[in-house]
Amino acid sequence: MNGRGVIDGTYYRSLTKKMILIVLLVSLTPLMLVSGMILYEFQHSYSEKVTDHLSVLVDKHRVHIDNFLEIKLKEIHSLVETLGIDQLQNESFLEDQLSKIQKVYGIVFEDLGVINPDGLQIAYAGPYKLLKAQYSEAIWFNKAIKKEFYISDVFLGLRGLPHFIVSVRVNHRGKPWLLRATIDFMKFNKVVENLRVGKTGLAFIVNREGQFQTAPPQNIADKKFNMDIIKSNNDEIEINESLNFKIYQGIIYVSAFLKNGDWIMVYRQELDDALSDFKKTQNVAVLIIILGALVIMAMAVILSGISVSRIEEADREKEMMNQQMIETGKLASVGELAAGIAHEINNPVAIMVEEAGWMQDLLEDDGTNDSENSKEFARSLKQIQTQGQRCKEITHKLLSFARKTDSRIHDIQVNELINEVIELSGQRAKYASVNVTTNLEENLPLIRISQTEFQQVLLNLINNAVDAMEKTGGTIAISSYIEDDDIIITVSDTGPGIPKANLSRIFDPFYTTKPVGKGTGLGLSICYGIIKKLGGDLNVHSVLKEGTKFKIRIPVIGKSNDEKLKKNPKK
Amino acid sequence: MKTRNTNTNSSASLSKENTNQIKLLLVDDEAGYVNVLANRLNKRGVRVAKAYSGTEAIRILRRNDFDVAVLDLKMEDMDGIEVLKIFKKMDPDLMVIMLTGHGSEEAATYGLEMGAFDYLTKPCELPELLSKIKEAHQKRKTLLKNHLLTR
Repeated sequence: MNGRGVIDGTYYRSLTKKMILIVLLVSLTPLMLVSGMILYEFQHSYSEKVTDHLSVLVDKHRVHIDNFLEIKLKEIHSLVETLGIDQLQNESFLEDQLSKIQKVYGIVFEDLGVINPDGLQIAYAGPYKLLKAQYSEAIWFNKAIKKEFYISDVFLGLRGLPHFIVSVRVNHRGKPWLLRATIDFMKFNKVVENLRVGKTGLAFIVNREGQFQTAPPQNIADKKFNMDIIKSNNDEIEINESLNFKIYQGIIYVSAFLKNGDWIMVYRQELDDALSDFKKTQNVAVLIIILGALVIMAMAVILSGISVSRIEEADREKEMMNQQMIETGKLASVGELAAGIAHEINNPVAIMVEEAGWMQDLLEDDGTNDSENSKEFARSLKQIQTQGQRCKEITHKLLSFARKTDSRIHDIQVNELINEVIELSGQRAKYASVNVTTNLEENLPLIRISQTEFQQVLLNLINNAVDAMEKTGGTIAISSYIEDDDIIITVSDTGPGIPKANLSRIFDPFYTTKPVGKGTGLGLSICYGIIKKLGGDLNVHSVLKEGTKFKIRIPVIGKSNDEKLKKNPKK
Repeated sequence: MKTRNTNTNSSASLSKENTNQIKLLLVDDEAGYVNVLANRLNKRGVRVAKAYSGTEAIRILRRNDFDVAVLDLKMEDMDGIEVLKIFKKMDPDLMVIMLTGHGSEEAATYGLEMGAFDYLTKPCELPELLSKIKEAHQKRKTLLKNHLLTR
């Protein structure tokens, strides 16, 4: 078996790789670029939207809280304005007023107290026993006494609980008096904490030192809020109307000033939480892109594989065609050579025959000579002429064969062709003591095929048969007959047969069991190709130690045309 | 000049009926073949002129009148078909029998279209050639008669 590799397998593997790479590059690059761009743009506009949304939210909330505080101040202010300090000094009256306010606002106002200019609480209504409490040392009192309206920071105070105070200063008998009210810390907290967005978004209030004025969020462990976070460019925090927006360590901080800049409301939300919708969309998009890329990769691999195997197949076919061309060419050139030799031989043979004839003429002239020698002369000359005639027949055969070595398609009488081929290979068969017998059906219809190609097929089959029986001798039987409107030609031998394992491969190109250098492994595959091209079929049947039979089936093309003509005689 | 019009009266035993008026030009570049064939035809009463090439044949035809020409189509100096065409120009009534190799009938068919009388494949049997020559001569005779009548 000389498996003459068509082209190295690595060539096709690298071809496949290249195709896959190119397909991936060409399809994935734009996909990645476009999706990256879209994602980027989307993220940009989405975060802008989120920022805007948060800003609006925080601003509204700031106004809300400012209003809340203002309303509380106005409430006690109107209390003082309408009722006056004198009346409020009456404790039962004060308690009445407290319960009235509490009815309207709920228990936001914890207590009320009237403080004289010396810091002594001279009237008190509320749950604690703070009557006569001395506030002259308290920080809030010292600040409050200087302002008409005052809201203190959160502190523990005498009661030991976090709270803050709103106070109003009034002039009574030429001296400043205070009406103060305690705002319930929990109530205020609730108002602030009303702003909750997503999972982590919440608001709290700090004073300018960073001390929490509401309950600190759970995930801030420090007691003080790091003011650097919301400071822009390390500057002092400026009091202005606008909001301050900052992202610090993956957390969004939106800050706004309250209470004329004393307090800062901070809205805090983790960036991922704020952008959670976007993240979801992004994840879906990324998933789709990855899936798409995977599909493209799979398709690239599959398609490249398919096309390369097609190319491989085509290459193999081309190789076979080339070999077939070479073989046909060889046959044709052998034919031409033979024709040339035949022509050259013709002339001397003709002269020899004519010279012999001339001698006969001369002998006849002498006529009377009846001697033994002259009789023998006549016989010898006759013999020369007969042998000359034989030469002529041989050269004619060669010339007929040569004339037919073209691949043009002719109408051919199969039996004639079979006989010609047998004559050609007869000598070889004789030397191998192989007997060739024929059983040809008379009057077979003509078929339209290329003579050379058909000769090639028959020669191949006969030569193979002779090769198979070279050592043992045997018989080649060739028959032709009609079966189901097809012409069948069988070539069977009495050789050793073909083992089953080889039988399925004998029509494969480059498959041969002949020694290296003797066979190309192309003969039968070319035969198969030729017969298939004619629309026919070539199959083999072999029994070990009994022989092999090749069966050629060729459709009678002319016949079908005739039938068509008969059906449509007008055409 | 190689024209050798040999007189042929010695061989009485060979059939000479109607042949002694036939003037034949034998053209082939194979000298041995021309010579032996000329001898044998002469013996049978045909007056044969021999030409060993196409050019020589044309030269001979220019000076002499022939009834029939036997022309090998495959010659070295000139293609037989070309010679045929010139022959036909020089003497349209000249009967040309072509000799071809087996398998080159296409050239012969073309020759027939060009006005040749017939063709034989080489090597040919003498009786066959002789009968063709006679046929050709007969045709020439009738042609010439017709020409005389129409004139």
